[in-house]
Amino acid sequence: MSTAPTLLSVERLSKSYGGVHAVRGVSFELKGGEILALIGPNGAGKSTCFDMLNGQTRSSSGRIKLLGQDTTGRKPREVWRLGVGRTFQITATFPTMTVRENVQVALLSFRRQLFNVWASTPRFAEVEAGHLLELVAMGGYAERPCGELAYGDLKRLELAIALANEPKLLLMDEPTAGMAPRERIELMRLTARIAREKSIGVLFTEHDMDVVFEHADRILVLNRGTLIAEGSPEQVRRNPEVRAIYLGEGLVYDARHREGASA
Amino acid sequence: MAFYVVQFLTGLASAASLFLVASGLSIIFGVTRIVNFAHGAFYMLGAYAAYTLTERLSGAFGFWAGILGAALIVAAVGVLVEMILLRRIYHVPELFQLLATFGLTLMVEDLVVLIWGPSDLLGRRAPGFKGAVDFFGQNIPTYDLFLIVLGPIVLAALWLMFQRTRWGVLVRAATQDRDMVAALGVNQKWLFTSVFALGVFLAAFGGALQIPRDAVNHAMDLRIIVDVFVVVVIGGLGSIVGAFVAAVLVSELNAFGILIFPKISIILVFLVMAVVLIVRPWGLFGKPEAAARRTPGLTLNPWRPLTTQERMLALAGLILALAVPLVAGNYALTVGSEIAIFVIFAASLHFLMSVGGLASFGHAAYFGLGAYGVAFLAKLAGLPMLLCLLLGPLLGVLGAAVFGFFAVQLSGVYFAMLTLAFAQIVWSVAFQWVELTGGDNGILGVWPEKWAASPSHFYCLSIGIAALAVAALRVLVFSPFGFALRANRDSPLRSEAVGIDGKRIQWTAFVIAGGIAGVAGALFAYLKGSVFPDSLGISLSVDALVMVLLGGVDTVSGAVVGAIIYKALSIWLVSQTDLSKLVLGGVIILIVVAFPKGVVGVLETIRNRRRSHSKDSSLLRSQIESAE
Amino acid sequence: MKLSVEALNSYYGPAHILFDVALDVGDGEVVALLGRNGAGKSTTFRSIVGLVAQRSGRIVFEGRDVSDQPTHAIASRGLGYVPEERRIFTDLTVDENLEVGRQPARPNAPQWTREKLFSLFPNLAEMRGRTGGRMSGGEQQMLTIARTLMGNPSLVLLDEPSEGLAPRIVEQMVEAILTMKREGLSIMVSEQNLHFTRLICDRAYIIERGRICFSGTMSDLDARPDIRDAHLAL
Repeated sequence: MSTAPTLLSVERLSKSYGGVHAVRGVSFELKGGEILALIGPNGAGKSTCFDMLNGQTRSSSGRIKLLGQDTTGRKPREVWRLGVGRTFQITATFPTMTVRENVQVALLSFRRQLFNVWASTPRFAEVEAGHLLELVAMGGYAERPCGELAYGDLKRLELAIALANEPKLLLMDEPTAGMAPRERIELMRLTARIAREKSIGVLFTEHDMDVVFEHADRILVLNRGTLIAEGSPEQVRRNPEVRAIYLGEGLVYDARHREGASA
Repeated sequence: MAFYVVQFLTGLASAASLFLVASGLSIIFGVTRIVNFAHGAFYMLGAYAAYTLTERLSGAFGFWAGILGAALIVAAVGVLVEMILLRRIYHVPELFQLLATFGLTLMVEDLVVLIWGPSDLLGRRAPGFKGAVDFFGQNIPTYDLFLIVLGPIVLAALWLMFQRTRWGVLVRAATQDRDMVAALGVNQKWLFTSVFALGVFLAAFGGALQIPRDAVNHAMDLRIIVDVFVVVVIGGLGSIVGAFVAAVLVSELNAFGILIFPKISIILVFLVMAVVLIVRPWGLFGKPEAAARRTPGLTLNPWRPLTTQERMLALAGLILALAVPLVAGNYALTVGSEIAIFVIFAASLHFLMSVGGLASFGHAAYFGLGAYGVAFLAKLAGLPMLLCLLLGPLLGVLGAAVFGFFAVQLSGVYFAMLTLAFAQIVWSVAFQWVELTGGDNGILGVWPEKWAASPSHFYCLSIGIAALAVAALRVLVFSPFGFALRANRDSPLRSEAVGIDGKRIQWTAFVIAGGIAGVAGALFAYLKGSVFPDSLGISLSVDALVMVLLGGVDTVSGAVVGAIIYKALSIWLVSQTDLSKLVLGGVIILIVVAFPKGVVGVLETIRNRRRSHSKDSSLLRSQIESAE
Repeated sequence: MKLSVEALNSYYGPAHILFDVALDVGDGEVVALLGRNGAGKSTTFRSIVGLVAQRSGRIVFEGRDVSDQPTHAIASRGLGYVPEERRIFTDLTVDENLEVGRQPARPNAPQWTREKLFSLFPNLAEMRGRTGGRMSGGEQQMLTIARTLMGNPSLVLLDEPSEGLAPRIVEQMVEAILTMKREGLSIMVSEQNLHFTRLICDRAYIIERGRICFSGTMSDLDARPDIRDAHLAL
């Protein structure tokens, strides 16, 4: 993995809102196929970081480079076109369409066919949409109304949509929030498999330490807008500062993590 | 110089009433999330009630007691309205709330004429404020000075009430999360009622205070409501300070605009509003609206193109419609043409609303612009009919392109208010620019050429164009463009994240809808042989909304059915009664309260229920839980 | 018995969400309602406090049937509800948030003053004048509990208090809940984090697809790994 090229490089990224420094001088790199977790207390600046990476929020200073290209200050749809897929903490899908149509819309947009009045959407790129759904094990749900899906299935659909633009980088904001523990593990395994196969870099935020410690290759710890630690799961878990600020005594996750690992 | 100072003070005095009404609207919206269209009606009722009371009660005390008493009486009416009507519609979509309160406005308009008669009423002058102060040779009425002082006093009183009392804290809390306030043991029903009463009191007080300055008449409700919408759009809905600042701004613009563009002073206000919207889309003191929470349990079935069988049925319906001239007389065919024209108009709005999620309250603007476009081309340029029909709607396209650009920057109630204000601006221009439009007299003599002149030919032409328009819109719904538009409506966040330029898509849809409305307007001009400012008016916009609502917003082509039923009914109604507004208003309220899904929506629900009778609802449950 | 729920059925529009849910909470007890997302935990709580319009069944609180009462009447009898997404009034200050929750003291429930709450949640004391929107997630979670306690409830329903919080904050939450229990408050918590639950609860119910499918003590639950695996997927 160390030989893979740098996919994303963030240099001294900062954001302040009216005098409040939400993010201060955050720098890190991410390689293709690598899974990087961003953790920290609520309000540490994780979401702000995410929003800056995908263009939802403008940074106050600093640079974001995707495959050598400067994307600082680009709009979300421009960043998306450069190959960044995103899933949201609260799933964002199109509830009045079928599962397949959800993916088809993303494909239409990727192929710049949105103003094509003559095409019929329900028949557009059916095969490719089907492949994407197969990839996230949703092939059997293609014709279902998206509004009827269970929460875990919605998360997988969101992943399929996020993969429609053949992304090089996936940004996942609390991908497993609100899911049952087993579903969490399945979703993260799926994500990891796709990331390795397609050499996609994944950056995710997460509060469930079991997911983080099990699936992240590397972890960044953010506190009050500053990176306070970076390293392998083991290094981060042992870091006394991270324990004091964030992880605590391990009463509410450690044991569970061990169980999950042995299961 | 003195003249300008006086002009400035006049503006400030007008701002007082505007502020009272706008702050009332803002307060009510803040807590109930209802944009109370009937606010203008309460303002008008306040003025009428004050007129009656001040005529009866004598002396200075009688006058002021009359003013205050009028506001209190109307506030009591407001309490009744809240308890009887609003409590039933707090949970329906905002569009329906706007429509229901508009229905109320219609009813009040007819009731006012019934009680006080149709002519203007001149009220008493305010005792103690009858004179004027001399300012370097210019007169300033002392009553104006009184109003100038009153505005800030009311502002301060409201501020103290909201910041320093427990009631104010509870109201501000309820503004954010009513359920949570209830879960903390506060009886929110009475909180809502008290807030509504306060808001209505402010509106009625504003109206009552106008009687020494202006004549009381039954059109003052719509005039003020448009100004108030402009004020709250500029100031920011929910902000009292914003209402004050914007009321002053708008009043001053009106006061000085008259000096610059005497005919079309409203243009100045429009320009300022446009600038504010670009810089701060939620108004000067407003806050970005949180995304509306979806009502759980409203699963929508994905739309499907028609099956072959359904296509055949539609074709059969069309052939049947084209066979009508074989049996019907001229009057029936003229009515039929009018219905066909309104099918086009309603379908264009329906496209914007159901696919785009954009509920325009001023769609008549583009219908009317299409009609005026034809009139200009036919009368001024003398072009042949076919060319006029093709080019006339371009005026609607142009209007939709300009206004749509600003309107799509906003969503929800802001969008509704803004489109209404735009339409009203177009109406004012048509009304006031007499040299070009003939003003109230309209443009006459726009008759079809010989080949389309007979009622049966014109009928077939209208039906043909209507069928084309509806079919084209359906194709659009299922084209990538339609899906992109719907994607943006379903989840702006997700659609932006898959590279869809939402604003551009919405703007395009707005222009398309405006163009098709323009086609309807163009035909309408030829049907009537004339064009009047009415074809740009609020009531026509609302007619279209009711047609869409009646057909069912969540359907693909419900508007076709809605337009046929509504137009036929209203033509019949106007022939039967003088109180058509009263009946129509009642019907609108009834639809909102009893059949919010519309005719086609209800039919579809029944069909779906029969089809999926035994379907397990567990999936739905998990979705609802997670949606919470 | 503090609260007893029998044959609770709830609906959202055409969807039947809860099926004959029955549960009870004894005086001074801390009881867990466990289940996956979408199993019906939030709906159960919302139904108990009357925030779900269509429901049927019997809800008896302190010996009185409150099934037909509106939300505010249930709350002012002393049944407190802390919702899942915290739902702080973000435009209001900490003090104002607490003011909204203030209700007179009750004879059968622990009494809370601002001072007592600030000693329970020391972070809040330092930010009395700050608006809710400018607080971190953990601080908001504390404020929302404090706000409900201002109503001097005798029973509190806590919906997923640990969701989305830093592990260290969750540990503080454990302390706070144990203190509330020592004061004599009855508590029902909905949770997904079994470890958090173990630290605070006496008994647990498991809900799955809108039906209660297990009821017992925490050690009963530990003795039934099959149930745990099937419904909590741990």
